[in-house]
Amino acid sequence: MREDVVIRTVCRAMIPFIQLFALYVILHGSSSAGGGFQGGVIFASAFILYVIAFGIMEVRRRMHEKVVVALSSLGLYIYAGIGILCILFGAGFLGYSAIPLPVSAAETRGLMMEFVEIGIGLTVMAVMTSIFMDISVKEGGED
Amino acid sequence: MIEDLFPLLLTRYNYYMAVIIMMIGLYAMIAKSNLVKKIIGLNIFQTAIFLFYISIADVRGGTAPILIEGSNALYVNPVPHVLILTAIVVSVSTTAVALSLVIRIHREYRTVEEEDLMRMEGGSG
Amino acid sequence: MKKWALLAVIFVGGLLLWAEGGVPAFGDPSAPAYNYVAERYVREAYNETATINIVTAILADYRGYDTLGETTVIFTAGVAVLLLIRREGRL
Repeated sequence: MREDVVIRTVCRAMIPFIQLFALYVILHGSSSAGGGFQGGVIFASAFILYVIAFGIMEVRRRMHEKVVVALSSLGLYIYAGIGILCILFGAGFLGYSAIPLPVSAAETRGLMMEFVEIGIGLTVMAVMTSIFMDISVKEGGED
Repeated sequence: MIEDLFPLLLTRYNYYMAVIIMMIGLYAMIAKSNLVKKIIGLNIFQTAIFLFYISIADVRGGTAPILIEGSNALYVNPVPHVLILTAIVVSVSTTAVALSLVIRIHREYRTVEEEDLMRMEGGSG
Repeated sequence: MKKWALLAVIFVGGLLLWAEGGVPAFGDPSAPAYNYVAERYVREAYNETATINIVTAILADYRGYDTLGETTVIFTAGVAVLLLIRREGRL
């Protein structure tokens, strides 16, 4: 990697804010514009910026590809798990209002949607990062 | 005839623009020999479809479908927005799979030109 | 080849441009796309899900099954890319 102090410093300052903004977009999906898909892509863009500034090896050292693939399936497990939880409580698949929480049925649905959004965000973030890591490998097996 | 055409153009310009973008993407998909350019054409095509759907959703004077408390605002149609929100992410996924297939083809044949690939396989290009 | 491609594209595009005369005007409130389904979502979304963003309410609740499928598609695409171009012994 080139030693470019401007790019490295700016990225080091920018990445936490990008990640914070991504979490904001995921968690405010129900009260403003946003949601799991958008926030996940913003979160993945923080990783891509990190790769551009510090090189792929640094990212691999901090976040192994096995972890990325596990996270992508974890998001899907959260989503499908909430659906199956609703079956266990006697409703149909993804019928959120059956889950007994000490709030009204409408608020239960709103709350479960937040968890579903987190699952979507995890999957989208991990898949985008994984695709970028795979495609950014150079020819000849070297990184 | 021409005075009929003019209000059509003025009230449906978004749809006409979507069709023109779609034609550009379709031409790139059919006529270009480079596989990466074909994928870029596919992406342009998809963008045209997104523009078409979002145009369908619009209601004159409507605002974004996020409820404003205590007001009787007119909201645009939220259903096409939902469809396109998922379609955009799926288009990114299909592009990724297509690009990785191109990478594999390049590893095997050292070229991404369709005509060269046809010649290597002995087909009629 | 290029000539035939241009001809085909102009043919398809011409058909679509001709058909655009039949679609409702841009921003028409009485368009058939804005039917009772969308109206019901806008009317009832807050009462039923306590969510003010109607797009999120439809995405994660009313059409949650569809979104589960889309998430599966993304996951499958990630796994497909992984299987296609990751070198052996790296996972």
